Amino acid sequence: MNESLLINITLAVLFLPLIGFTFTVLSGGKIKKAFTFEVFISSITLILSVFLLYAKISAFVEKDILFSFSWINFGILPKWGELNIKLGIKLDNITVIMAFVVTLISFLVHIFSVEYMKGDKRYNRYFAYLGIFTFSMLGIVFTDNILGMYIFWELVGLSSYLLIGFWFEKKSASDAGKKAFIVNRIGDIGMFAGILILFFTYHTFNFNEIFEQMSAGKIPFNSDFWMTLTGILIFMGAIGKSAQFPLHVWLPDAMEGPTPVSALIHAATMVAAGVYLSVRIFVMLTADTMLVIAIIGAITSFIAATIALTQNDIKKVLAYSTVSQLGYMIMAVGVGAYAFAFFHLVTHAFFKACLFLGSGSVIHSMHHEQDIQNMGGLRKKMPLTYISFLVSTLAISGVPFTSGFLSKDGILAGTLAFGKLTGHWLIPIAAFTVALMTAFYMFRLVILTFHGEPRDVHKFEHAHESPKLMVIPLIVLSLLSLFIFYTPNPVSPDQGWFLSEWIKTPSQVVPENSRFDFLINSAGEQTNHGKIIHSVEYTETLHSVHYPALFLSLILGGLGILIAFVIYQWKKINPDAITAKIKPLYLFSLNKWYIDELYDKTFIAGTLLVSRLSAWFDTNLVDGIVNGSAYVIKSFSNIVGWFDKYIIDGFVNFTAFLSGFLGIGLRRLQTGKVQTYIILVIVSAIILFVFFRPF
Amino acid sequence: MEVGLNHFLFISAALFSAGIYAIVSRKNAIMVLMGVELILNAANINFVAFSRYGNFGLDGQIYGLFVIILAAAEAAIALAIVLNLYKTFANINVDEIDNLKE
Amino acid sequence: MFDIIFYLFAFITIGSALIVVTARNIIYSAFSLMLTLFGVSGIYALLGADFLAVVQIMVYVGGILVLILFGVMLTNKITNVEIKSGNRNIAVSLISVSVLSAILFSVLLGTNWKETNSQIPETTLFGIGELLITKYVLVFELLGILLLIALIGAATIARKEE
Repeated sequence: MNESLLINITLAVLFLPLIGFTFTVLSGGKIKKAFTFEVFISSITLILSVFLLYAKISAFVEKDILFSFSWINFGILPKWGELNIKLGIKLDNITVIMAFVVTLISFLVHIFSVEYMKGDKRYNRYFAYLGIFTFSMLGIVFTDNILGMYIFWELVGLSSYLLIGFWFEKKSASDAGKKAFIVNRIGDIGMFAGILILFFTYHTFNFNEIFEQMSAGKIPFNSDFWMTLTGILIFMGAIGKSAQFPLHVWLPDAMEGPTPVSALIHAATMVAAGVYLSVRIFVMLTADTMLVIAIIGAITSFIAATIALTQNDIKKVLAYSTVSQLGYMIMAVGVGAYAFAFFHLVTHAFFKACLFLGSGSVIHSMHHEQDIQNMGGLRKKMPLTYISFLVSTLAISGVPFTSGFLSKDGILAGTLAFGKLTGHWLIPIAAFTVALMTAFYMFRLVILTFHGEPRDVHKFEHAHESPKLMVIPLIVLSLLSLFIFYTPNPVSPDQGWFLSEWIKTPSQVVPENSRFDFLINSAGEQTNHGKIIHSVEYTETLHSVHYPALFLSLILGGLGILIAFVIYQWKKINPDAITAKIKPLYLFSLNKWYIDELYDKTFIAGTLLVSRLSAWFDTNLVDGIVNGSAYVIKSFSNIVGWFDKYIIDGFVNFTAFLSGFLGIGLRRLQTGKVQTYIILVIVSAIILFVFFRPF
Repeated sequence: MEVGLNHFLFISAALFSAGIYAIVSRKNAIMVLMGVELILNAANINFVAFSRYGNFGLDGQIYGLFVIILAAAEAAIALAIVLNLYKTFANINVDEIDNLKE
Repeated sequence: MFDIIFYLFAFITIGSALIVVTARNIIYSAFSLMLTLFGVSGIYALLGADFLAVVQIMVYVGGILVLILFGVMLTNKITNVEIKSGNRNIAVSLISVSVLSAILFSVLLGTNWKETNSQIPETTLFGIGELLITKYVLVFELLGILLLIALIGAATIARKEE
């Protein structure tokens, strides 16, 4: 086993989906079974990435594998130095785990879609899009430089646009595709500006080289402010892709895409890209940047959770739940819980993909009914879907023995420690509130969908368990939602192989005076809780808040589940009565905080206003000048035209008239009679005689 | 007044004028031809008169001879043309033949 | 004597010429033309051109005039005696012709001719004959060809078209 073999496998994993996409697209619907090739490619990619994960973890767990090549070499430039733009691959533990997650979920979605999308008229094209999407996402995962990341970042944006707007005949779907694309663009502008600042400062795009120079004390414009700003700008990309407040509005709308796509894009990969980026740039975040990130994550998480409480569309609930969980991860990055942010990214990817695919299964069997008000009692009809859905719901609610419990608990502990160390107590409060709400709305969803009596009997009777190809991915994903895959101890992830060996929190590289105090390194010191990365204080605090956080989250999660059961299962409390009491709040949540309306009123209306102003300026002033000059020229032309018409043409016409007049007169001489001509000859001769007088 | 060169030239000029008048005013094509003959004769008189009074030897008379020959040829051709005209227009009135107008 | 004969011939010539141009009957014109030609012939004789005078009578009177009479008879219905033809545009023609002749006469009168009254030879026959086969032999031959061409041409033009 050597490094170059791993690099080759990595390249294969990266480019196989592109080959699948190219083949499927070029088959152009001529080959009916082209999608099978894409599915086959997907399975090969999965096998290779499993091998990659195994090889990296087993042989190079402590070592990053780097590979780069010169893409564009400008040589030595004046005032700049050597400009050699390189692309390359960086394989660390995060990368291979992420690649495994992406390829696994991509493969399962492929399998699921074979049944789910059956009969669609653009069946093959759908699989081709899945291929290009997987390729772009893997590109983000593998790249070792921020330019490559930006390139694949935009490719992900493009492929998500294609997939969200897949049923483009529906106006809402094509609108949602556009919305996702445009909203993402706003974040990408910031990211691009951040990349430019980095490149201007460090003359390289490579992450490792940037971080090395940064740890040597070089920061943009020698100013902490610029350092913070750069971090925030790059983080803006993550705000867009990971649907953070205030750019979260695209994700719920993106539910217009096919449900397996929602599972792939909105659970496991595209939205994860933002978190992945934040994790990648974690080491260059200053204290202020981190605070901003934490606050944005908390706000996002809280807003999305409150909205999810009242939604009735099964996919909308899951969408807002996703936004909320992404807020969690971002918040975790912000509070310095690096490892748990990534851990939650992985666990969430599995159980949220399971939830989305489960909802897809329900929607499929209910003949595209998405309103949970019309469901109920599906437990008996679709037991396998129910069980897998339930397991995932337990995981997202943070019930022990699930993966979600471990990762969420870590994040909650991180926020609690953050609050304790910095005094920003609102962040842990928001985090715990969200935990309560998450448990409530997820169980509300489960109970309304699967428990109780069917509310739409007609549709219920036609419901049936989904085919094997759809159920198997659900089972696989729900199994991955159990704790055993991550740690042997169901209450403490710290002792698991995942966190203790594979993922290590890196040390910050920003100057120490712009970090949080607790992130200042005091390496070498050893405590009884293992090797520390940051300060002793931080390690101690984390340890001390672990059990309080654990109990608090258990209590809150249990409480949320209990309330859900009381209201919806046992019907002790009438939900309508509660909503009637807090009607304004209910409406506020149901209408998603009126954020879309706010954007309509402010940004969109503002843009329209500016457009109208520009249009007015254009029509009245610019066109006025143009028209004015046109009028002047026209008047002048009229004068010239008059002169031309009456003077010059008059002269010409007069000449013509004179000739005509003379012609009419002289025509009489043209009698055709020879003798007349002879007389004329004689007369002419006489005239000549008289004139010249030769005598 | 002794008869000299001028007298012959006067006769010539008179004949010439008469010929011109015939050409210009006659309606009949054959009469026009006669006018032409008169003019030719006027020219001939001039030749011979200058030959007699101008010390040119016999050259003038030779030219006169040539003119007579040409007149014969001309008369033959002209009469042929007149016959052709007659065939085409059924008359030989010069004033009615104005096809040149078109 | 010479003067009397000259005026006689001049009178015959000009008088008959006037009849030629004014007579309404074409036959009169034709016969007046014959007289004119005779008069011209006499004038030639007076000028010492005896050969030319003879040729004048032979060719003109014997040839051309007969030809003209042929034309008259071929183009007019003799039985109807419609062989008369008047003048037209008399005023205009007269004015222009008289102006022209006035100019001619004034030119003749205004010119100071240098006369050399050379000796009239006994006969011009030998001289002309000699000149025709020496100095003017080429012209003489060409005229022969010309006559041939005129003969053929006249026959072609006058021929009835098939």
